[in-house]
Amino acid sequence: MNNTDLHHLGVAQLAALLRGKQVSAVEAAQHFLARARAHQNLGAFLAIDEDVTLAQARAQDEAIAAGRAAPLAGLPIAHKDVFVTRDFPTTASSRMLAGYRSPFDATVVTRLAEAGCVTLGKLSCDEFAMGASNENAAVAPVGFDAPQPARNPWNLAHVPGGSSGGSAAAVAARLVPAATGTDTGGSIRQPASFCGITGIKPTYGRASRYGMIAFASSLDQAGPMARSAEDCALLLSQICGPDPERDSTSLDHPGEDFTRSLQDSIAGLRIGVPAEFFSDGLQADVRATVESALQEYEKLGARLVPISLPRTELSVPVYYILAPAEASSNLSRFDGVRYGHRAAAYTDLLDMYKKTRAEGFGDEVKRRIMIGTYVLSEGYYDAYYLQAQIIRRMIADDFQAAFQQCDLIAGPVAPTVAPQLGAQTDPVTSYLADIYTLPASLAGLPGMSVPAGFGAGGLPVGLQLIGNYFQEGRLLNAAHRLQQATDFHLQAPRGI
Amino acid sequence: MTAKLIHGYEVVIGFETHAQLATQSKIFSRASTAFGAEPNTQASAVDLALPGTLPVMNREAVACAIKLGLALGSHIAPESIFARKNYFYPDLPKGYQISQFEIPVVQGGEVSFYLGEEKKTVRLVRAHLEEDAGKSLHEEFHGMSGIDLNRAGTPLLEIVTEPDMRSTDEAVAYAKALHQIVTWIGICDGNMQEGSFRCDANVSVRKPGGPLGTRREIKNLNSFKNMQQAIDYEIRWQIEQLEDGHKIQQATVLFNPDTGETRAMRTKEDAADYRYFPDPDLPPLCIAPEWVERVRAAMPELPRAMAARFVAQYALPEYDATTLTQSQAMAAYFEDAAKGCGAPKLASNWVMGEISRRLNAEEIGMEAVKVGSGQLAQLIARIQDGTISNNAAKQVFDALWTGEGQDVDAVITAKGLKQMNDTGALEAIIDEVIAANPANVEQYRAGKDKAFNALVGQVMKASKGKANPQQVNELLKAKLA
Repeated sequence: MNNTDLHHLGVAQLAALLRGKQVSAVEAAQHFLARARAHQNLGAFLAIDEDVTLAQARAQDEAIAAGRAAPLAGLPIAHKDVFVTRDFPTTASSRMLAGYRSPFDATVVTRLAEAGCVTLGKLSCDEFAMGASNENAAVAPVGFDAPQPARNPWNLAHVPGGSSGGSAAAVAARLVPAATGTDTGGSIRQPASFCGITGIKPTYGRASRYGMIAFASSLDQAGPMARSAEDCALLLSQICGPDPERDSTSLDHPGEDFTRSLQDSIAGLRIGVPAEFFSDGLQADVRATVESALQEYEKLGARLVPISLPRTELSVPVYYILAPAEASSNLSRFDGVRYGHRAAAYTDLLDMYKKTRAEGFGDEVKRRIMIGTYVLSEGYYDAYYLQAQIIRRMIADDFQAAFQQCDLIAGPVAPTVAPQLGAQTDPVTSYLADIYTLPASLAGLPGMSVPAGFGAGGLPVGLQLIGNYFQEGRLLNAAHRLQQATDFHLQAPRGI
Repeated sequence: MTAKLIHGYEVVIGFETHAQLATQSKIFSRASTAFGAEPNTQASAVDLALPGTLPVMNREAVACAIKLGLALGSHIAPESIFARKNYFYPDLPKGYQISQFEIPVVQGGEVSFYLGEEKKTVRLVRAHLEEDAGKSLHEEFHGMSGIDLNRAGTPLLEIVTEPDMRSTDEAVAYAKALHQIVTWIGICDGNMQEGSFRCDANVSVRKPGGPLGTRREIKNLNSFKNMQQAIDYEIRWQIEQLEDGHKIQQATVLFNPDTGETRAMRTKEDAADYRYFPDPDLPPLCIAPEWVERVRAAMPELPRAMAARFVAQYALPEYDATTLTQSQAMAAYFEDAAKGCGAPKLASNWVMGEISRRLNAEEIGMEAVKVGSGQLAQLIARIQDGTISNNAAKQVFDALWTGEGQDVDAVITAKGLKQMNDTGALEAIIDEVIAANPANVEQYRAGKDKAFNALVGQVMKASKGKANPQQVNELLKAKLA
């Protein structure tokens, strides 16, 4: 094996080489660390620590040598910076947590470490995972002196998407074979779509939230981002599983080997196509790309079934009430008392709170805290929060009705390809662009983005697949089948 | 009965009590709940609200709620909801307290107790599970405040009554009755000084038949004595205000035990909007009927049921039965002693009398009692079979209490307290006393009872107290007839 090509390998191939001792974990780590340094202009990494990474890699090499190789022994990965880590700082891309170091690892981090993964570093994201472009990142990436959004490797003038923008950019640029992301309203699927990679958000409750810095607790889910469905399946099999001692919302549902159903035939598979996902706001280039992917499925023997998700439009206001409501409470702990940023000078307790939070949080975080505080306030609760909860349940019911007619649902991830940096200035316009990812989030359903081709400016377009609860295996199977018939997921940005 | 009026006003009192639950670990983390550790040594990552931490319910705390519900005849909600109460304070690490708001775990129920001879019943609105905050320490930090989060996350049951109490005495009696129940069923250690049982009283006054007056909530009533003083003071203060033509403003007041006064801390105008909403980190708390039945099967006999049984089984007066069931330890002690000696009323007298007196005098509890129930039973048996007199029994008891002796019979022998049951010897003494006191004999025969008592006294003296007084009476009467 020519080590200079390691970064073109997928998780499955690289893991096989590592276990077969054809490449050492240290060699792999050094290779990807070098790539991360070489491409630091992408702004994908917020923290790199070679000593820590190489120590982890050496430990994996020892385990491999001793015949105790874990399934992904020596595989380099990197984590979105909302997963707390003992060995690297964790900031959630916020000034509020600059330099913060957690005394424990997130469950997802622990599980991947136990599977043999070696951590390359921490990846940029929108501050506290609030945003869809990575432009709300408030911490300087490795190689920069000031906060910068991560860039889209397909065109550095464009955003990578968000909030898991650093993860998507790093995977697309082959700086890591795979990364973790989190998805609250589309934060795995949308950047995966924008960067031409594969990402999956499992059923709410299948991945432990312990150690994930909470944005909106009832929506947050962790998931893998990699180049192929097969790679995602390998990682998701390690990530999912009950965590009853640490996360009460973790479901009592056994883990699963998602690779086992990858090759299943999809002949006769009924793919629901919701009319509401092809409304006027959908750009022509994205529509054409998604439709061609759907035709590809027909060629593979699947059947397209027109369906309706009548409350799709309502998912935007519902989400932008519920998520900020939970966020306003979840972010109260950042008060300057115990850890994180505290204002340098203040006159009394209230002044300390005000200055600390005014300095520590960025605009979008403040906006959501204010919206959330408002909708939970006495006199407004019933009209906003309660009403939104009722509609949320209806949206979930709509999906169950749809799944009577189909096995999975397909449509676009986002109405457009990745916008240019700085192009989106109005928050409401940006919120509206979440319309296709929010319904599955609100229903707690698994969803993924699969590379489907390229749109305007040669930028990638993802196809969204949504499954019923616990149907991750079927989603990955359908995605894998598409990837065997197409090569969109194998294409690399220029210069990579 | 109509409520007692004070200057023409009726008093209306409701209670909110925070009972700290006697669990090993905290309500949502595994940190210990032990009192008095070095600051911040018993605060885990969850208690410190470090980023990424999540709450996990302690089943032991739920079992405590079920026990209370069973003890008070409440409805135990098969599904209750945890909610976040949002406010900023340095000793509240998450910026919200996890509590229950719309659907609490324990709903309804009542507490019954005797106020003198009268049976009172106070209805409960609810009892809900919640976590305690930490402590802010304002002294010894030179213009700064210290935060101790050891207490943060300690499980509490907040027990809320209807405004059913109509006097300070009734309110204090309610608090004592509730205190007795929570300690009896073992869900709370009841230590008021350490804050394990914290009462807040909502007090208002009104003209009889009128609408409820505006209430003020008295916080921090950390002893029954303070409670009595504070509520009395508050009632007087409110009536004075109204009589002077002022209105009562809804407020939270603190009782100052040093001045005996209450002082407003905050008024309704500064009341925070807590923005309660269901905690998305915790699914609904589901309690299956089987769980309730498991807890019920392990519940001790409750004080009211036990008192009723004492009346029926041991023919005790209601007063004795109620007094003996003040604590499980005292009731158990009584029952052991009563069974051991076969004389329940005597056992009751001794427990309520001599034993209680000694425990009080030495400020110790029943767990440190120095005369065992077996020893007491034996002592009572020796009175019953005529071996010793009541007076002698007290001497024996003293010897047992002070540790001078262990075995009742050995103490009686060692101290020579055995009563004289030999009729021959006693008759000889009586003959001598009659011969030596002709004047008393004459007066007795003339109908003066006092003279007879004097003769009995002489006989007792001559026998060095060992004669059985009843036997002396009988023999003396026979000889003088």
